[in-house]
Amino acid sequence: MKRFIIVGAGQAGLQVAESLRRGGFDGEVLLVGEEASLPYQRPPLSKKYLLGEVEAPRLLFRPADHYAKLGIACHLGVPVAKLDKENRIVYLADGAELCYDRLALTTGARVRELTVPGAGDPRVCYLRGLNDAENLRVRLSQARRVAIIGGGFIGLEVAAIARGLGCEVAVLETQSRVLQRVVAPVVSDFFARIHRERGVNIQLAQQVSAIDATPDALTIITADGSSVVADLIVAGIGVLPNIELARASGLLCDGGIVVDEFARTSDPSIVSAGDCTMHRNLLYPRPHRIESVQNAVDQAKVAAGTLLDHPVAYAQVPWFWSDQYDFKLQMTGISTGYDELVLRGEPEKGAFSVFYYADERLIAADSINRPAEHMVSRKLIATPGGCYPKAQLADTAIDLKTIF
Amino acid sequence: MPKVIFVASDQTRREIEISGGWSLMEGAVQNDVTEIVAECGGGCACATCHVFIEPAWLDKLPEQTPSEKDLLDCTAVPRQSNSRLSCQIKLTPEMDGMVVHLPQRQT
Ligand SMILES: Cc1cc2nc3c(=O)[nH]c(=O)nc-3n(C[C@H](O)[C@H](O)[C@H](O)COP(=O)(O)OP(=O)(O)OC[C@H]3O[C@@H](n4cnc5c(N)ncnc54)[C@H](O)[C@@H]3O)c2cc1C
Ligand code: FES
Repeated sequence: MKRFIIVGAGQAGLQVAESLRRGGFDGEVLLVGEEASLPYQRPPLSKKYLLGEVEAPRLLFRPADHYAKLGIACHLGVPVAKLDKENRIVYLADGAELCYDRLALTTGARVRELTVPGAGDPRVCYLRGLNDAENLRVRLSQARRVAIIGGGFIGLEVAAIARGLGCEVAVLETQSRVLQRVVAPVVSDFFARIHRERGVNIQLAQQVSAIDATPDALTIITADGSSVVADLIVAGIGVLPNIELARASGLLCDGGIVVDEFARTSDPSIVSAGDCTMHRNLLYPRPHRIESVQNAVDQAKVAAGTLLDHPVAYAQVPWFWSDQYDFKLQMTGISTGYDELVLRGEPEKGAFSVFYYADERLIAADSINRPAEHMVSRKLIATPGGCYPKAQLADTAIDLKTIF
Repeated sequence: MPKVIFVASDQTRREIEISGGWSLMEGAVQNDVTEIVAECGGGCACATCHVFIEPAWLDKLPEQTPSEKDLLDCTAVPRQSNSRLSCQIKLTPEMDGMVVHLPQRQT
């Protein structure tokens, strides 16, 4: 009987396993994961879970008996320490050896850690996994002043939750605007404003140079000599793809595990999907790495197809969302390289969309509290050609659904 | 715990108990009703948790938020007058026995 092993029991790993079964695979499926929990959703960790609205069991993608029913064997709580691709063996950290016919690497990403002096204090926290979220939840309930380093999605979502819990909150961002890497200035300004209106002290162009930790407080010292005092620091300064296992085995890696549009690595028996991959998407000329649920799910389906010898090329429009207070940002496409923006609606009213054009083609859209506009944008961007009259998109009197 | 009856598009019925306070979507997913995809995990952001509620139960449900109404125009199987997003329905004792029809696909 054939044995397929999946390393990494997260969003992508689970999807590979399920898609193998749905695709009719009748061999062995082994899902090996470093974390002790059955696969769970990460997005609520910086949202409802952190706020205390839901408990851990509600985060599980599937109930425990689902795995047995589908014939997915889970080996949880032990990482894979080594991969020998020549002999097709994975070595677990506890000494177990498992042979495979084919392998999927869905190892995700881990947080980038602060390296400034003082960053090792236990009151400097991060958020990636359930353990981090549990720790942070307890600490947030005891903190009065919270400083967040990094004005990206994680930082801003945690800021919103901490405000909701009544903490004093400061956000320090090195760039000149929040979310700079991913959205247009009008969207950055909108999010900076809603946080400031709710009392968050957003400080831009601030480089953290050290943390002075005393038993009573943590003082963040910035490059310009100013300081922020807090009881708790949360750093959301990005993630690093988990590629060490792949690289040590000799697989091609370049800012991620390199895969083609069929999720194939440089080894014909190994596929890879999710946050850990530098991948090709046929809709884009260059490879990229994306951290999102959409990418984990859709790329995992592609990987499973390849494992089953039914290759289907990856060509999905990316999408993503973020919740902050009562605002839901939904993004689709990739806006890098845009040369024109079309605004639909009024940011002052708290609900609007921004369309990104490059060479007269619609390439991306961000919608704030406009879920249907987001859904329509996904279709518009996926349609080849992609030339839509900008005046129509900007005109809120025209229902976007009628354009498509 | 309220019981909900899920009816698949091939008319197979499954009776499932869902803890009060959980959403219909969460209850379905935790009981392996795989016809509910819920890509966004209940964020009212994806429209892949679409269901049709047996009309007799419609008035027991919470009102639709503007987001839900808007998003219901974007379901894979077109909406009907009894369409809802299951992640937006928190289970209450009054929903005991509710019949929920599942669409043929969500994406
Ligand atoms: C707090 C938070 C909020 C988020 N919010 C959103 C959101 O709103 N919208 C959105 O689209 N995305 C969001 N994301 C991103 C999204 O959750 C990820 O993109 C997605 O989980 C990626 O799935 P993955 O399977 O590639 O990686 P992961 O979910 O990280 O899973 C990888 C798994 O592999 C395991 N692993 C790693 N190395 C090994 C090894 N050697 N052996 C065994 N196991 C190993 C890891 O422990 C982990 O469990 C959020 C992420 C976080 C952390
Ligand atoms: S789960 Fe995404 S809208 Fe309901």
